[in-house]
Amino acid sequence: MSDFTSEFWSWFIIAISGGGIVWLFYLLRGTNKADTEEGVPTGHVWDEDLQELNNPLPRWWLFMFYFTIFFAIVYLILYPGMGSFKGVLGWTEVGEYEAEVAAADAEFGPLFAQFEKTPIAELAGDDAAMNAGERLFVNYCAVCHGSDARGASGFPNLRDNDWLYGGAPEQIEASIMNGRNGSMPAWEGPLGGAEGVDKVANYVMSLAGRDVDDTLAAAGKEKFDLFCAGCHMPEGTGNVALGAPNLTNNIWLYGGSPRTIKETIAKGREGKMPAHSEFLGKAKSHILAAYVYSLSHESD
Amino acid sequence: MNNETMTYDYTVVRQFAIATVILGIVGMLVGVFIASQMAWPVLNFDTPWLSFGRLRPLHTNAVVFGFGGSALFATSYYVVQRTCHAKLFAPALAQFTFIGWMLVIVSAVVTLPLGYTSSKEYAELEWPIDLLITVVWVSYAVVFFGTIAKRRVKHIYVANWFFGSFIITVAMLHIVNSAVLPVSFLKSYSVYSGVQDAMVQWWYGHNAVGFFLTAGFLGIMYYFIPKQAERPVYSYRLSVVHFWALSFTYIWAGPHHLHYTALPDWTQSLGMAFSLILLAPSWGGMINGIMTLSGAWEKLRTDPILKFLIVSVSFYGMSTFEGPMMAIKTVNALSHYTDWTVGHVHSGALGWVAMVSIGAMYFLIPKLFDTEIYSKKLIETHFWIATIGIVLYITSMWISGIMQGLMWRAINSDGTLTYSFVESVQAMHPFYIVRASGGALFLTGMLIMAYNLTKTIAQGKAIHAPIPEPQAAH
Repeated sequence: MSDFTSEFWSWFIIAISGGGIVWLFYLLRGTNKADTEEGVPTGHVWDEDLQELNNPLPRWWLFMFYFTIFFAIVYLILYPGMGSFKGVLGWTEVGEYEAEVAAADAEFGPLFAQFEKTPIAELAGDDAAMNAGERLFVNYCAVCHGSDARGASGFPNLRDNDWLYGGAPEQIEASIMNGRNGSMPAWEGPLGGAEGVDKVANYVMSLAGRDVDDTLAAAGKEKFDLFCAGCHMPEGTGNVALGAPNLTNNIWLYGGSPRTIKETIAKGREGKMPAHSEFLGKAKSHILAAYVYSLSHESD
Repeated sequence: MNNETMTYDYTVVRQFAIATVILGIVGMLVGVFIASQMAWPVLNFDTPWLSFGRLRPLHTNAVVFGFGGSALFATSYYVVQRTCHAKLFAPALAQFTFIGWMLVIVSAVVTLPLGYTSSKEYAELEWPIDLLITVVWVSYAVVFFGTIAKRRVKHIYVANWFFGSFIITVAMLHIVNSAVLPVSFLKSYSVYSGVQDAMVQWWYGHNAVGFFLTAGFLGIMYYFIPKQAERPVYSYRLSVVHFWALSFTYIWAGPHHLHYTALPDWTQSLGMAFSLILLAPSWGGMINGIMTLSGAWEKLRTDPILKFLIVSVSFYGMSTFEGPMMAIKTVNALSHYTDWTVGHVHSGALGWVAMVSIGAMYFLIPKLFDTEIYSKKLIETHFWIATIGIVLYITSMWISGIMQGLMWRAINSDGTLTYSFVESVQAMHPFYIVRASGGALFLTGMLIMAYNLTKTIAQGKAIHAPIPEPQAAH
């Protein structure tokens, strides 16, 4: 699409930019007269002793100025600049980008195609692929999951072999390619306020084998069975089909302090892993899946 | 009227001169603090209003508009009177510009740390402050051009061309770029959107450098170098060419801040071509400054004020060479978004703008208080501390910036990136420490200056010098 709403604006740009360059040329030519000698003052005096000489323009400086004008003219003939004139070379920023991507694809494409064909579990043992995987991981994944892949609050640890959506190679690859949306509703209302939240929190912590107030936990179990077991399952072991965390292993995505657990129950949580298939493509997602798989299967 | 009983108006000049020193220290102190935050992030103290993101615009506003702006007001009010042989036009309005400008700076000191920002670089202040700036600036123009109109010498001195060009252009830039739709007392939205907004912003941003920090300071250079060197300006003819070429060409250079972005190709190309043309007009000023000393080079050995002034022009030449080079797209692809840019800006800001202002203040303040400088030796000390500080600052940022650019683009044999972003940040850490030390040295120099000038003012008395009869042209 043209950048100009009408031909007029294109000519407007050409006139003021081209005209400006020509004007600079004549400004230089007009001022560079050999009508004075060195060291002769203009005769004007300001503030008692301020004077000016009228020395000729230094030759080297003049040459440099003409050269830049010449360079600008040649550049604006070769490259786009004069309004809608495309430039003799037909160069565009988008064209340069596409050419660089095509060159990279030609150079590295065969290697990545080979990686893409290798099954994930096997690829995880391939040093070349895992070197690439690590570099991809630190650039695309580390911002959330950390350089060491140990995660952060709200971002899963990828080394602990606890999986929200399943740790099989295909499940990991699906998480990377299509992304995941985890949604836990806010339960403060249905649970009957802070007191209800407190009871359920005690029960949830008891599932992980932590010391709790047994009376509260027992009261919490009733509510858990009613409200929570649907997703987290009656035993609290979670459900990878929904991304509902396992509550029995003392691994806490958003933090395991009683206060944080109560906050999670009361207010709910929204987790989002973005989809990478369009951005990274199949081959890189495949390598990343193998790399992530390797993190919790390092003895393999 | 009997001119012998007439005097120049030095009151507002004195006020702005003292503000220059104070705001310089404030702005540079914030600079050293945020430079230290880059090296030691713990200094953010988990406090929003002490965080880098809020203090960085405070630093730039305080040094550019507080320190630099006060230096420009002080020197232009002094120079325009002295070279026109006329008292300041509308002294009450001139007094208003001082009060108004200080209000602008105080508003910046309050609103920026609180997080009120338009998010436009070097134009962060919200719309009510922008309106105040506009009123002050129009008053400034009235006083300045009113004094020019009252002049008793036919020819307008070259310094005044540059001051005039700076005043007119900054008014235009400020009004166009700050056009916003207010939604509340301290919140507004730009009237431009998308890439047009970016282009207007960098048309403003680059010419804030070109006119506020260059044309205005060339005005300072054109008065104070010939005065201090007691030599005539090297070439009138050169000043004519480089004045017009500089004023015309600078306006086009903004797009080089947006290379390889959504800005259309043609705009980027024009920005690059005109940025290269800008080299010679910029160097015209450097030649006129340095060559004014020809025949009096030995003064550089003994006169520390002249050292400040001449070294400032040398840094000017260096950064105006570096600028066009960085505007070349191929170079820019490496330098953009790196510390190289920060180093470039500070070779101009510390080396050129601050050094020429400091030299001018050492010349000016004793004159305003009818005395001699308290200690020439301390000026010498200040000069060397400041110079070493600048060298540490810009060399560390060059190395760090080029390293950063190279690390970002390094790829392995399998096509993946060699370094992650955080690895490049880690590699920059030692250079951040060197940079902060360079800045601290420069600040130390400013404190020495404050001491020296306080002593100078204490031994003098505020005067209004009599206006001499202009000399007839001969």
